Amino acid sequence: MSDQNRGKKGDILLEMKDIVIDGYSDDRWHEIVKGVDVTLRRGEVMGLIGESGAGKSTLGLAAMGFARPGCRLTSGTIMFDGQDLMKTPEAKKRALRGSRIAYVAQSAAASFNPAHTLIDQTVESVIRHRIKSADEARKDARQLYADLQLPNPDHIGDRYPHQVSGGQLQRVMTAMAMSPRPDLIIFDEPTTALDVTTQVEVLASMRRIVEQFNTAAIYITHDLAVVAQMADVIKVLRYGVTIEDADTRSMLANPAKEYTRSLWSVRSIEKDEERSDDIILKVDGIDASYSGSEKVLDNVTIDVPRGHTVAIVGESGSGKSTAARAITGLLPPSKGQILYNGKPLPPALKDRSVDQLQNIQMIYQMADTAMNPRQTVRDIIGRPLEFYLKLRGRERDKRLMELIEMIELDESFIDRVPAEMSGGQKQRVCIARALAANPEVIICDEVTSALDQIVQKGILELLLRLQREFGLTYIFITHDIATVKAISDQIVVMLQGQVVEQGMKSEILSPPYPDYTHLLLSSVPEMDPDWLTGLLAKRKTEQAAG
Amino acid sequence: MNSMNTDNDKEEDISSSETAELADQGYSAAGEVGMIKSRRTFRENVWRGLKSAPPTALFGLTVITIYAFFAIFAGFLAPYGEAEIFDLSYAPWDDQFMFGTDQLGRDVLSRLIYGARNTVGIAFVTTLFAFTIGGGLGITAAINNNGWLDNLLSRSVDVLMAIPSLIFALILLSMFGATTLNLIIIIAVLDSTRVFRIARAVSLNVVVMDYVEAARLRGEKLMWILWREILPNIMPPLVAEFGLRFCFVFLTIAALSFLGVGIQPPTADWGSMVRETAGLIQFAKYDLTAAMTPMLPAAAIALLTVAVNFVVDWFLHKSSGLKD
Repeated sequence: MSDQNRGKKGDILLEMKDIVIDGYSDDRWHEIVKGVDVTLRRGEVMGLIGESGAGKSTLGLAAMGFARPGCRLTSGTIMFDGQDLMKTPEAKKRALRGSRIAYVAQSAAASFNPAHTLIDQTVESVIRHRIKSADEARKDARQLYADLQLPNPDHIGDRYPHQVSGGQLQRVMTAMAMSPRPDLIIFDEPTTALDVTTQVEVLASMRRIVEQFNTAAIYITHDLAVVAQMADVIKVLRYGVTIEDADTRSMLANPAKEYTRSLWSVRSIEKDEERSDDIILKVDGIDASYSGSEKVLDNVTIDVPRGHTVAIVGESGSGKSTAARAITGLLPPSKGQILYNGKPLPPALKDRSVDQLQNIQMIYQMADTAMNPRQTVRDIIGRPLEFYLKLRGRERDKRLMELIEMIELDESFIDRVPAEMSGGQKQRVCIARALAANPEVIICDEVTSALDQIVQKGILELLLRLQREFGLTYIFITHDIATVKAISDQIVVMLQGQVVEQGMKSEILSPPYPDYTHLLLSSVPEMDPDWLTGLLAKRKTEQAAG
Repeated sequence: MNSMNTDNDKEEDISSSETAELADQGYSAAGEVGMIKSRRTFRENVWRGLKSAPPTALFGLTVITIYAFFAIFAGFLAPYGEAEIFDLSYAPWDDQFMFGTDQLGRDVLSRLIYGARNTVGIAFVTTLFAFTIGGGLGITAAINNNGWLDNLLSRSVDVLMAIPSLIFALILLSMFGATTLNLIIIIAVLDSTRVFRIARAVSLNVVVMDYVEAARLRGEKLMWILWREILPNIMPPLVAEFGLRFCFVFLTIAALSFLGVGIQPPTADWGSMVRETAGLIQFAKYDLTAAMTPMLPAAAIALLTVAVNFVVDWFLHKSSGLKD
């Protein structure tokens, strides 16, 4: 594929008309995508945004003429550079994929083959499609690694997938997609699994390389702020239909639809902080390590005031989840103690009394794995009622219904198993399970990070309402600053197992910041489409100055 | 069909313009798009499973059902008692004795039918017992992953598994005497080592799930975690293993009986029946039906083993989610 026979920028590259895609479940076909049109010009980046289940990934794959197992392309036309992919035989479509259309998947870690080196996987499609010779392809791959600002670009390709970080892996995957110089790249939530500081670097690399080679791209995400940095035009999907289509700047400035506006609503929740000296839980100078390895927590001290929210922030590996494990007793600290209402808690879980266990409940990041797939909502929420409160029969069911109403679900959910609920609904059931114990403290470990913006907002509002009604104390572990702003009174910033900064929200979120807090805060994408450009320029000058 | 399904019907009837209106409404937790999946009753599930079963599995199920029927109603179906002796040994196949009589003059057909009850029944009880021991300890070891208990149990199992099981069973049976109870206990313990291995291995994947951690944080006791949190999630591989183990136990008992230390006379049992009438096979050139007599219990063993394996294969295929 040489550059000469590529069209000019602005020509229509991909035109999908009235696409209908069916998914098979329950012995019949359901429409997942219901007549969506997509027009993409060369060199243009389209953001595809919507909550999960909106059909955005399915539509993205359809742009390659591909339907995943259990789905079928029912009707419509997919004109890619003059040929209709709906009518093209599979063998011809396969020749297109990995040469003229490429795909970057959400989870790079799951998409690489752990048995081969990165560079072998990067150049595989180029060699298979006979676009370049093996030597040329490798040379080009190293150049792409350099363009994507991977460290040590000449040798990083010799490593295996587990030897590089998640953000680096995602960039290698971008290099793999870019290697045949495709006309179109489909990015399917490429940064969703990364934390903010890494996300910025990956976004910047992706945007630069897409611009450099004038490649058209479809960028699928549920984060509007991310898409604002990447896309020229944005398409909002819900229930398989288009809600709104507009270019990025005009959509951000003036969204036409209520639903579009609600997509960035999580950023609109604000909580007024309250100062309190009534400490319910004090983590007092604890060290902790997993058997034999180096310290994961180093002299961590955290004060948790009663009825308020302490947010623990930091990137992955900073020890924030380990702190939660120490508080719950799953990982007894090797030094220091945990004081609950002024009295020390036994360090190990097995030494704690039922009352002590009842008072501290936990909500997990992945509601999927936090609930037994074989139990119904009745069992899941009912068990703490039986176990802690000794409620049985009618009394138990009455309380169960109250809890289900409290989490804004209805009676029809009571006999469902987790697989029959959406992500947000599952997380609500987990909240109800924690509430059922009548706890004083709830530890929320990244409870919203696996959810879409709009669902996040619902969950955060629910948590805030419950706090007001029952005076709950939250320890909120997160890496998302928008969430922190929305829910916390106090903030603890952690880095490499140490508390870097601790204080009221207003103090932490206003300058002057320690270096790390500054990096963390400045990495949070904003709705402004110029944000990334501005940030990169600023960091460059700061670097030059420093 | 319950309300979930009517929801689906509704959803399908909505035209895209209506969806567009619906889509622009505000957010509600209960209205979130979840996985579309309707729940069925147990009976519907069984029926759907049977309808999609391959012919081999249906064949296996039919054979097992017939065996179970004979085992349960042996008393009514057998023309004579299992130990009833006629003064006609090695009688030929005729109207009175359909498959003739054995060396003591007992009706072979009746003994075949009672044998279904004895051999299959004892094998079933033994397998159940092996699963209780092996499964219980295996899950416990997984919960205690790498603790002293896990190491103790796993190494003990390794030691037991190092000794060839048929020979070990022979030694133990001659030590403790070949009563039915001893037979059941000894084979169950020896076979539980295999069950332990698989139960521990599959449980290890479940033990690391957050819901098990949540149960531990709640303060649940070992039995609850084992029984309510882990067991339901490892059932499919265990059930498949049960079928397979049942075959092995069944064959072991038949082999031990053939060697004379299994199920003791006068209890009818297929393994010892093969041994007792084995001599008849030499008469094949004079009387083909007489030579067939030892083949009948052998065929009964073979047919059941094949049938159970067909069913297990199907079940494994289904539970592992493998497609052709």
